[in-house]
Amino acid sequence: MSGTHDRLVYMANQIARNFAVQGETAAIAATARHIHDFWDPRMRDAIMAGEDAGLSDIAAGAIARLRGTLRSG
Amino acid sequence: MAYEPQADFGTPEVRADTQVTLTIDGRRVTVPEGTSVMRAAAECGGAIPSLCATDSLAAFGSCRLCLVEVDGMRGTTASCTTPVAQDMIVRTQTPRLEKLRRGVMELYISDHPLDCLTCSANNDCELQDTAAEVGLRDVRYGYAGAHHLGQQPDLSNPYFLFAPDKCIVCSRCVRACDEVQGTLALSVEARGFASKISAGQRADDFLSSDCVSCGACVQACPTSALMEKSVKAHGKPERAVITTCAYCGVGCTFRAEMRGEQLVRMVPWKDGKANRGHSCVKGRFAWGYAHHQDRITTPMIRESIDQPWREVSWDEALAFTAGRISAVKAQHGARALGGITSSRCTNEETFLVQKLVRAGFGSNNVDTCARVCHSPTGYGLKTTFGTSAGTQDFDSVMDADVIVVIGANPTDAHPVFASRMKRRLRQGAQLIVIDPRRIDLVRSPHVKAAHHLPLQPGTNVAVMTAMAHVIVTEGLADEDFVRARCDWDEYQDWARFVSASQHSPKFLEAVTKVPAAELRAAARLYATGGNAAIYYGLGVTEHSQGSSTVMAIANLAMATGNIGRAGVGVNPLRGQNNVQGACDMGSFPHELSGYRHISDAATRRMFEQDWGVALDPEPGLRIPNMLDAAIDGSFRALYIQGEDILQSDPNTRHVAAGLAAMDCVIVHDLFLNETANFAHVFLPGSTFLEKNGTFTNAERRIQPVRKVMETANGLEDWQVTQALANALGLGWAYTHPAQILDEIARLTPTFAGVSWDRLEREASLQWPVNDQFPDGAPVMHVDGFVRGKGHFVVTDYMPTDEKTGPRYPLLLTTGRILSQYNVGAQTRRTANTAWHPEDVLEIHPLDAENRGLKEGDWARLASRTGETSLRVSVTDRVAPGVVYTTFHHPETQANVVTTDYSDWATNCPEYKVTAVQVTPSNGPSDWQEDYAGLTARSRRIAAEPGE
Repeated sequence: MSGTHDRLVYMANQIARNFAVQGETAAIAATARHIHDFWDPRMRDAIMAGEDAGLSDIAAGAIARLRGTLRSG
Repeated sequence: MAYEPQADFGTPEVRADTQVTLTIDGRRVTVPEGTSVMRAAAECGGAIPSLCATDSLAAFGSCRLCLVEVDGMRGTTASCTTPVAQDMIVRTQTPRLEKLRRGVMELYISDHPLDCLTCSANNDCELQDTAAEVGLRDVRYGYAGAHHLGQQPDLSNPYFLFAPDKCIVCSRCVRACDEVQGTLALSVEARGFASKISAGQRADDFLSSDCVSCGACVQACPTSALMEKSVKAHGKPERAVITTCAYCGVGCTFRAEMRGEQLVRMVPWKDGKANRGHSCVKGRFAWGYAHHQDRITTPMIRESIDQPWREVSWDEALAFTAGRISAVKAQHGARALGGITSSRCTNEETFLVQKLVRAGFGSNNVDTCARVCHSPTGYGLKTTFGTSAGTQDFDSVMDADVIVVIGANPTDAHPVFASRMKRRLRQGAQLIVIDPRRIDLVRSPHVKAAHHLPLQPGTNVAVMTAMAHVIVTEGLADEDFVRARCDWDEYQDWARFVSASQHSPKFLEAVTKVPAAELRAAARLYATGGNAAIYYGLGVTEHSQGSSTVMAIANLAMATGNIGRAGVGVNPLRGQNNVQGACDMGSFPHELSGYRHISDAATRRMFEQDWGVALDPEPGLRIPNMLDAAIDGSFRALYIQGEDILQSDPNTRHVAAGLAAMDCVIVHDLFLNETANFAHVFLPGSTFLEKNGTFTNAERRIQPVRKVMETANGLEDWQVTQALANALGLGWAYTHPAQILDEIARLTPTFAGVSWDRLEREASLQWPVNDQFPDGAPVMHVDGFVRGKGHFVVTDYMPTDEKTGPRYPLLLTTGRILSQYNVGAQTRRTANTAWHPEDVLEIHPLDAENRGLKEGDWARLASRTGETSLRVSVTDRVAPGVVYTTFHHPETQANVVTTDYSDWATNCPEYKVTAVQVTPSNGPSDWQEDYAGLTARSRRIAAEPGE
């Protein structure tokens, strides 16, 4: 879904923004959990495969966490 | 069942702790204290003649036919207005009573046309029956004097007529309009002999009056003065079948009254627990679409969407479809396939579609229209309470002292429930409306909101947070409830957050545009006014923070202890008839039926063992993601049952591009809808009148849908899905939806105690129905939240990214109107178009004047996404800077204008906030004209060879 990478980045940032009130550490975990639980694998793969440019710090942290868990698994 | 009128006990049922025993005509009868003598007599089988009494209305005591004699009382007394008393002795039939009744009846008949044989109410007329009951044999007065005969009927309403010469001025219609519907459109004009039933002002007819055509007056009329035109056309019904309405989420039950295969009329079922014998213009009257000429009853296919359709046999259509699906699967994998279940179809049909996708296609790419309406409700209430559903039954509203309506317009979208709500408001409950528009509830006859908070669209979370600020900082929270029922630490975190000065009403006023004092007063009333219930709709969910608002609402209810008993709660008003059921049945791509995540191995194993197939453990695509993936090429085929995503989903051009990119789009529907413009297969669907199954309404009430006539296409919808599954080699062998319901119960803990036989016996059940709640649960979270401790979630207000600016200075919000339903596929094909023939744009007088627009002018409505043209209605119902329209008509396609912005948690589209500009126009836009051409080309059906 490379053509919609920008849209995925927007979605990830939007999720992160709504969890941000929990504080960065918790928000990163919550954002990663949300994307893991609700996104189709091709969407997760696409955002993990893409550049982090455009991702907020929390969203980037969440994607990094997903890269660690999903790819190691 | 054979045709019998519904039982009528004359006066309403009374509930009382004390029972009273009396004697009626020698029979001992025990009834609740406060019951009328008339009802007590009826309950023991001794109906007393009457004309002005009916058990849906308070006793009136005007017709003087129901007179009885009571020992110890002088003279005769009206049994309808006389309450029972302990050891009272009543006689309902004596020579004196006979003479009195006959005399009264003679007066009625002396001014009534004696055309019984040709009257549409013949043999179904209370006046006729009562004349027979009292033994009236002749009329001594003759017909030479003054009379009302020969008066012209009012035929203006498309569904019923008013014949004043048949009217006995019993006022049942007026009282039904007042007490049952709450519109107060009807009145008795003039006095004495000149008395006449009047709709609105003297110049009005029924159509031009405030009448909302609910039909309560028709149902209450004891003669043919108010009568369905369909009865006049087809004759008296000969049988009745009880079934459930297929319009909104209220889930009214009706008697479908039939002659042979002809539906004569739909009459609200008095024992229906959702509607309590009431209805609206859609459910009662708007069923003509079932036989509309546009109905497609033969399967059709085409190789590509630029070709005309070709009518084929079911076998050929299914083989073609299975071939396309198999080819896509072989080339692109299972995750290139998906389906959309329908909230208009039954639980059983919905369950089968998601089963077909998961077990047959091999993916979890299944979604439903709740994606674009109440998916945030599912997310928000599951997170906070543990269950993706409302907490109350509809009856609960009658115990509410404070009613909060947020982002909902019940009088238009859930009219039968709105009538219940208005009844409670007339009894004295207080009302808070939080809505950008001045909806009818804000001020209507005998109803006035204590507070209307006309917030800026998109600021729901800020308003909820400001209310929470008031409740916490003024010490109005119910901390005992919170300590007992919720996580105290989470509550404290939340309380600290909302108490911050930047969350005060004053600080947030600049954002919400709600006067701080008014918001403070509303918050105080909610927290301290007694039982406080929140009812909300799509004005809450269809925002970029829809899920946050749902959780913020739940926070408010928990903080004030307004949860877990009658009269309180958090109540999503569901849009479509079975949207609750569609969600319950596992229509979301991340969860199986009963809201269990697809990644849960134990749950998945249960389904795998039952279905004999391995399931994908990963969540699938949501509808907007499917369309994105289609454009990217990784999603190629879609089976859509009973939804029209091209018209209903946001950003029409994007939807069209997604559909056009697919190899196989299968539309299973009643009509060639807008989505079918991009389809390769059309499988004809069946109406709710043609099938068996169950719907689940907004109060979690599971109710039977019963087949009242044969299918026009030969198959019920569940049979079509089964045939498609079998064409793919799945070997399904259901012979009745009851078997599917058994499978649902087997695999879904909240439905464990539900069966077709039980529903036949008990009429309805409110889930959960299982060992813990063997008879269901009208009110949830009574002794504790489903998730354990109630979960407070801090919800931080985030402004939407959809911004107004110089080019797009206005905010568009969209909604619904009473007479039309959703995309209008059904209601546009009925006479309901008399009330709403086209979508119009509501615009404030100030904004209209600035643009040189007058009432009825064409205007161009443009956003960053697209543009369309429609006529304007200049009204101060909307605030300056806000415009409003509906999306019922494809010629307008309001969703050409709406954007891709959506709820952060669920992708529910942000229909309620679109930055737009409105400018004068001279007619439909180029896009509309192009689209009309596309539609015409797309709906071509090839002539059969040799024709």
